[in-house]
Amino acid sequence: MGVIYILWLRELKRYVRSRVQIVASLGQPALYLLALGFGFGPVFARAGGGSYLQFMAPGVIGMTVLFSSVFSGIAMLFDRQFGFLKETLVAPVSRLQIMVGRTLGGATVAIIQGCLILIICLIAGFRPAHWIAIPVAFLFVIMIAIVFAAMGTALGSVIQDMQGFQLVMNFLVLPIFFLSGALYPLSNLPRVLTWITHGDPLAYGVDGLRGVLIGTWHFSFAMDMLLLSILAVAFLGTGAYLFSRIEL
Amino acid sequence: MIQVENLTKTFGQFTAVKGISFQVQQGEIFAFLGPNGAGKTTTIKMLTTLLRPTAGTILLDGFNPLVQQKEARQRFGIVFQDPSLDNEQTAYENMVLHGVLYHVPGKIRTQRIEELMKTFELWEKRNDYVKTFSGGMRRRLEIARGFLHTPKILFLDEPTLGLDPQSRNQLWAHVKRINEAENTTVFLTTHYMDEADRVADRIAIIDHGAIVAQGTSAELKAQTETDSLEGAFLALTGTSLREDGADSKDQMRQFARVWRR
Repeated sequence: MGVIYILWLRELKRYVRSRVQIVASLGQPALYLLALGFGFGPVFARAGGGSYLQFMAPGVIGMTVLFSSVFSGIAMLFDRQFGFLKETLVAPVSRLQIMVGRTLGGATVAIIQGCLILIICLIAGFRPAHWIAIPVAFLFVIMIAIVFAAMGTALGSVIQDMQGFQLVMNFLVLPIFFLSGALYPLSNLPRVLTWITHGDPLAYGVDGLRGVLIGTWHFSFAMDMLLLSILAVAFLGTGAYLFSRIEL
Repeated sequence: MIQVENLTKTFGQFTAVKGISFQVQQGEIFAFLGPNGAGKTTTIKMLTTLLRPTAGTILLDGFNPLVQQKEARQRFGIVFQDPSLDNEQTAYENMVLHGVLYHVPGKIRTQRIEELMKTFELWEKRNDYVKTFSGGMRRRLEIARGFLHTPKILFLDEPTLGLDPQSRNQLWAHVKRINEAENTTVFLTTHYMDEADRVADRIAIIDHGAIVAQGTSAELKAQTETDSLEGAFLALTGTSLREDGADSKDQMRQFARVWRR
């Protein structure tokens, strides 16, 4: 237990200490929120969609959690290069404990980021259907964070260099974001796009957030939660397996 | 303390280590010398559970690191050729983290961290981030950390690489002091022959994956009829240069340097 705690704490310390990075990593979602949220607002309203800011705020929260959690996993790349990973891998503790500590740390950081961007959304004028919705939405933030932190750990265990990192960011993380319905409704899409979006893990996270916060569901609470839980278990398992196979 | 029989490691077609055997007694300082690419680091990686041997057996304090991995790991400490500190944490936090990873109980941990950091002259700097440390200070911290869980064996893979003579001397003095005080077995590699000559009780010389000679420094000099360990080393391994190809890791290291500035 001490091992998991100390590795979790390490991730948290790194986050809290890099204030520049906190601001930088909140800058991007804030830009999406303000530029797109207010920019597309008039068009979206004319199309009968209501307030675009209301619609996309849950998507931006999902995006923040996605980027932050995947990145924390892939940051293992740096620990590999700076050698710290070796220090943990030769210690007399199981790989599973190390993996769980790191992943929970990354997930916690992503949850904090998600909460910060929620506050920014509220300041920008976003209003949830009920204030009680916020704690329920928190549940979805946690689920998204765990699913993608585990995915990040799995990827971080396999990726060896910076090229691999670019590849994952461009061909996996960005598509996951753009195809999740964070920016547009998933209904009435071309058939192929419908299939693809339904295969996107983040779609269920964003739908859950949006459903809870503003009451618009594409799937349902039960389906979102169920799928996220299954994905969390699957990715944690994969992550643990791939992490246990790291050779230096 | 360390028993190695017929240890072999092949990577595809290439045999990095060819059936080497040696023994190291408790409390001994054993130097493992060889040109670049001779198989030193591969051997250390196998001894420290980071690589699986292709064939052969290893016993560390009676434990087989393949089967009884945890027991074996608890018994050794290692200072890698590359740094393995967490730059974003303070020196003290690095020590605590290591103590927790190696199950050192809280009270003993606090006491021993203070003791070791004072020995290695780092106590004043304990609350500074590792990223602000000089190369010599990082090395000292890594070695102090390696001793924290009172290992029976300490592996040092080129610990003095890139250090000035002052730091090197001081570092070996500290290692020797703890080796004597705690009877820790030390297994080291280095390219500085004068260091090996001064510090090591016994020396093995490895070339092209095979041990070409082992014994005390005096024995090696007598065997090759040379008057310095460097002379003996060159007599045994020849004077040709070794190719050491740069791999993706080296490129990444460069990239990382740019990133962190």
